Amino acid sequence: MTIRSSSGFSRTPAYVLTGGLALLFLFPMLWAAIASVSPQGGTEQAIGYGLGNYQTLMDFGGGLLQTFFNSALVSVLTVALTLAISVLGGYAFARFTFPGKNVLFLLTLAILMVPYATILIPLYVFLGALGLKDSLVGLALVLTLFQLPFATFMMRISFEAIPIELEESAYVDGAGSFAVLRKILLPSVVPGIVTVGIFAFLAAWNDFIAPLILINDTNKFPLPLAITVLRQQTMGVIDYGATEAGVTVMAVPCLIIFLLLQRYYVRGFMSGALKG
Amino acid sequence: MSTTGEMSETPTNASASEARPVPRRSNWRRVRTLQGIAYALPTLVFVSILFVLPLLLVFQMSASSWKLLQGNKGLNLPTNFTAISSNQLFWPAVVFTIEYTVVVTVLLIGLGLGLALLVQSSGRWVSGLRTSFLLPGAVGLATASLLFWGFYSPTIGPISPPLMELGLIHDPIQFFLTTWGALLSVVFLIVWKYAGFYMLILLVGLQAISPELMEAASIDGATRWQAFRHVTLPLLRPSLALALILCITGSLLAFDQFYILTKGAPSNTTVTLVQLIYREAFQRQNLGTAAAISVIVLAVLLLLNAIQFRGLRVGRAS
Repeated sequence: MTIRSSSGFSRTPAYVLTGGLALLFLFPMLWAAIASVSPQGGTEQAIGYGLGNYQTLMDFGGGLLQTFFNSALVSVLTVALTLAISVLGGYAFARFTFPGKNVLFLLTLAILMVPYATILIPLYVFLGALGLKDSLVGLALVLTLFQLPFATFMMRISFEAIPIELEESAYVDGAGSFAVLRKILLPSVVPGIVTVGIFAFLAAWNDFIAPLILINDTNKFPLPLAITVLRQQTMGVIDYGATEAGVTVMAVPCLIIFLLLQRYYVRGFMSGALKG
Repeated sequence: MSTTGEMSETPTNASASEARPVPRRSNWRRVRTLQGIAYALPTLVFVSILFVLPLLLVFQMSASSWKLLQGNKGLNLPTNFTAISSNQLFWPAVVFTIEYTVVVTVLLIGLGLGLALLVQSSGRWVSGLRTSFLLPGAVGLATASLLFWGFYSPTIGPISPPLMELGLIHDPIQFFLTTWGALLSVVFLIVWKYAGFYMLILLVGLQAISPELMEAASIDGATRWQAFRHVTLPLLRPSLALALILCITGSLLAFDQFYILTKGAPSNTTVTLVQLIYREAFQRQNLGTAAAISVIVLAVLLLLNAIQFRGLRVGRAS
């Protein structure tokens, strides 16, 4: 409003003001990155600038590489599972009629209504019974569950947006329903798939409470849990430098994905906001 | 899902089969129904095993003597629920969670609306602003909490050390010394992370308002404030209601930021409901009472959402 309605030299204050505001939002992240390589007493990086704090991370617990791998594995599994289930489910909800369809769809959306902690406590007992206690696969299954409401909704509206005529001619030509999905529909829902994939990745990569409850083995900790434990580890002296190095390691992949795929990220919010 | 082959026998679609004999059409329908079920099967299995069953289990746990290590020791029905009222942390946690929710909701919706108004137009500068406001949202909540844990620190943070260097303060600022200090420190982090998100939701609503309406208002002599108050705000009601639902629900379930930043400090005055559930389950190792609190939180949340959805419907109808 401010910028559009003002003109000429009166714009300059608006630029300064909005630019300052933007800097305020960017500053904490810039600070964390700088702090992670800055000299600081009580950290590995005591004198001069360098990567000492990252060295602390490399040597801590299961090691940075192992922890990074754990996070990556959980994220990739969650994205793959979420996409597989929601693409098939979205196709079913958009293009088929079967008994119980609406109930199942509403039940899937209802996952959103149930607090994380409410469902994690029985899941802790339940995964134990399934032999998935302390398992990254079990964690990925749980994270996938929490992605399903948005993913299924998103894929359903993506399939519904495609005109039905495309498929009809394929059916006349003798194609099966899976061939129709694979060859005709899938290329048209790629934006929806990318959106669902980004959200699933960010959620899985960043989740804290699910691994906190479900994972006990330090060698299986994903990044957020490992970094949180790291700062409590050294009694008395708190290693802020290594913590901010960990923050940088966790944030960078998210920021890269966001900046590369911002269009799809925004689209996800838009569709959610429009349909309510 | 190997449903590829089944379709080759009935290479028609529903409308083309109108002219065909009835048996073939009903056969097509039956096949389509089975295929639909097959495609929905992974969703069904997942939702049943990992959502419906655990949800039933949480109700059973809330009614049972169920310790973390000993497991299920049978029903004890009202005990877990009556134990809640004698839990010294319960009512303070309820009050604190509500306080936090009110402060966060007012600030986030207010700031989100302000930012949305700021980035309404197009252009490179504005889209750059949008990206900057949205960027913190891409970082995880635990990551952001750890970031601000260092940010507020007396040794490494960018607040206390420079001020001490300048001689403006003698001792580092203690952000978590008082309940309100701790609360506002967390609120600042949350506003920083989520303001862009609420900006986006409200922006969708703003862009759905036709420019002609605003022009008509200004032709009729409305000031900018009057146009905002009497045209924009009423038309923005559905988006505001959605933002409100998301913000209230999210804040009532706050956990990561308090677990990492305050850990209840000072002296357990900043414990939220979800933190209380976590404590009951994994520190006091009583899954039964944890489940009982969970069930209560779930019930309150469902009630609240029902009320808010009704508000949303009414807002849309008018």
